[in-house]
Amino acid sequence: MKKLFKLILILSFFSLNSAQTFAAEKVDYLKTDWSFKGLFGKFDRASLQRGYQVYTEVCASCHSMKYLSYRNLSEEGGPEFSEAAAKAIAASFDVKDGPNADGEMFTRPGKLSDKFVMPYDNVKAAQAANGGAYPPDMSVLVKARGGGVDYIYSLLQGYEDPPSGVTLDDGVYYNKYMYGNKIRMAAPLSDGIVEYGDGTNASVEQMSKDVTTFLMWAAEPHLEARHQMGFKAIVYLIILTILVYFSMKKIWSRVESEV
Amino acid sequence: MSDHDYKPKSKVGQWFNDRLPLLTLANHLTDYPTPKNLNYWWTFGGILTFCLITQIITGLTLAMHYIAHADMAFESVEHIMRDVNYGWLIRYIHANGASMFFLAVYIHIFRSLFYGSYKSPREIIWILGIVIYLLMMAAAFMGYVLPWGQMSFWGATVITNLFSAIPLVGEGIVTWLWGGYSVDNPTLTRFFTLHYLIPFLILGLVVLHIWALHVPGNNNPVGIDIKKPSKDTVPFHPYIVIKDGFALLMFMIVFAFFVFYTPNILGHADNYIEANPMVTPAHIVPEWYLLPFYAILRSVPDKLLGVVAMLSAILILAALPWLDTSKIRSAVFRPLYKQFYWILVADVLILGYVGAMPAEGLYLLIARVATAYYFLHFLVILPVLGFKERTLPVPLSITEPILGGSPNLAAARHRESKIK
Repeated sequence: MKKLFKLILILSFFSLNSAQTFAAEKVDYLKTDWSFKGLFGKFDRASLQRGYQVYTEVCASCHSMKYLSYRNLSEEGGPEFSEAAAKAIAASFDVKDGPNADGEMFTRPGKLSDKFVMPYDNVKAAQAANGGAYPPDMSVLVKARGGGVDYIYSLLQGYEDPPSGVTLDDGVYYNKYMYGNKIRMAAPLSDGIVEYGDGTNASVEQMSKDVTTFLMWAAEPHLEARHQMGFKAIVYLIILTILVYFSMKKIWSRVESEV
Repeated sequence: MSDHDYKPKSKVGQWFNDRLPLLTLANHLTDYPTPKNLNYWWTFGGILTFCLITQIITGLTLAMHYIAHADMAFESVEHIMRDVNYGWLIRYIHANGASMFFLAVYIHIFRSLFYGSYKSPREIIWILGIVIYLLMMAAAFMGYVLPWGQMSFWGATVITNLFSAIPLVGEGIVTWLWGGYSVDNPTLTRFFTLHYLIPFLILGLVVLHIWALHVPGNNNPVGIDIKKPSKDTVPFHPYIVIKDGFALLMFMIVFAFFVFYTPNILGHADNYIEANPMVTPAHIVPEWYLLPFYAILRSVPDKLLGVVAMLSAILILAALPWLDTSKIRSAVFRPLYKQFYWILVADVLILGYVGAMPAEGLYLLIARVATAYYFLHFLVILPVLGFKERTLPVPLSITEPILGGSPNLAAARHRESKIK
């Protein structure tokens, strides 16, 4: 049994160690209480809905979200808009479809099964409209950045005047959390830039939190299911392990040996 | 396996077994006499079998939904994560399963190093193990390329480019490996094919590995030859089965924690950015389990020699049964080797750490010293130690230390005398 503890110790040391290695580059990001962290972490439904509003009113003019469909907005574990609301959201976008029987492409209102409409036809068009910088697709953005949600949350609030000695080219902005501090995106949020339907004060901090929550869901739409299943799986494994431990003790009691 | 005259009880069983002795095999596996003093480090063989089967099953399922095409691979992975029923679960088990597989294989290898399991008469088991390990690395590397993220693409570029260090034919080999003039769709499709093939090669080698094991039987913490079957052994079933099962469950708890709560911590964030040949990531880092060898590669200033050093670092293990000249297997009775063993463990961990850091300044210096020590350990320390070391007296049977509950004879005697 002593050896067993050693084993657990080594395993836990290993997991800690690797976590630290990958966190080595971390800057001190702004922190907030994310509801989706921890063993039972869940999304804050209202925050997700507000976050969608910020995305669609602010970010979506430049950033695509090509792996999401409108149906996702009403699915379990997400913003959980009613199906009618999600249908209405989809219908508010024009989707290019076709070719029809005459071989013509045509435009129709969006359906639940459509993917999020992209702001630009292609990467080149996006670059041309943004001074050569491509606004990254936001579907998995949170997972594609080392600092994850904390990084995005901080970046949105990290715009500052450049310190003396730093000169910025036209269309380049200073952000203290950006890698290299220079960013092609102007500060996207300002107090009151959106008007929340639920009366929440749309401060930059609040909007940053909401839209980052939304992006986390977009990147991990099954996060809640994962946490729920994980807890059950681990509890099940622990109980089974205990039972097997006692069976093992019983079986090994027949021989003169220690397990 | 010849020490068996098993006769099935039923007539049908006998009829079948005379024609295909599968029942004899099953009986051999359940009765297989195993030393009763095996500790938990010996449970990783079973754990590794579990890892392999898990990777094969999840991998087959993923392959039903994955599309091996440069334009669609990344999207198909997202499709698996979002739209396939429990696709996220299967993919996270597969991705973290690779890390768990390597964690287990490193424990398995270092257990063998500590207890001298590679020594006569187990050299073939050991060499088969090294081949399995090499194939695992190839499979893991190619698997990491399949999601076609930035690290996939650039990792593939860096590793395949190593072959260009070969004089004269290097460039030609790289072009041949790529199926073109850069890492592109032909590279992806062949990597997918090989990634699919290699696990089954590993499975075959695992059968040989176990077969070769069942000839001399298991080594044990005391490292002495034992009579089989005897008071020193227990039948594999139920004793070892239940013990392996218990250890496996503990392992699965750790595994589940990664899968359900930190599924991306062992991966690199850049791999969630679709591959872009025009943009090079700031740091190209392999997966954690390849880092020690990556550090060795980068610690040599010359490209060709770096590749040679990296390959030698692995292949030198195959020569280990002959480099270690000591007649005593277990480090328990080798006081000096035991210390050098732990220094080697620290050395490999340091190599892994500097492998993740940029190859410059102090990190590079540390990497060079650690690389030099790695080779020193195998090429100088081990051969010399066998002649110079004064080993402790080895017990005649494992029952002797077991009565005291410790493989250390002195400690066992001490405890025994206290009981008296």
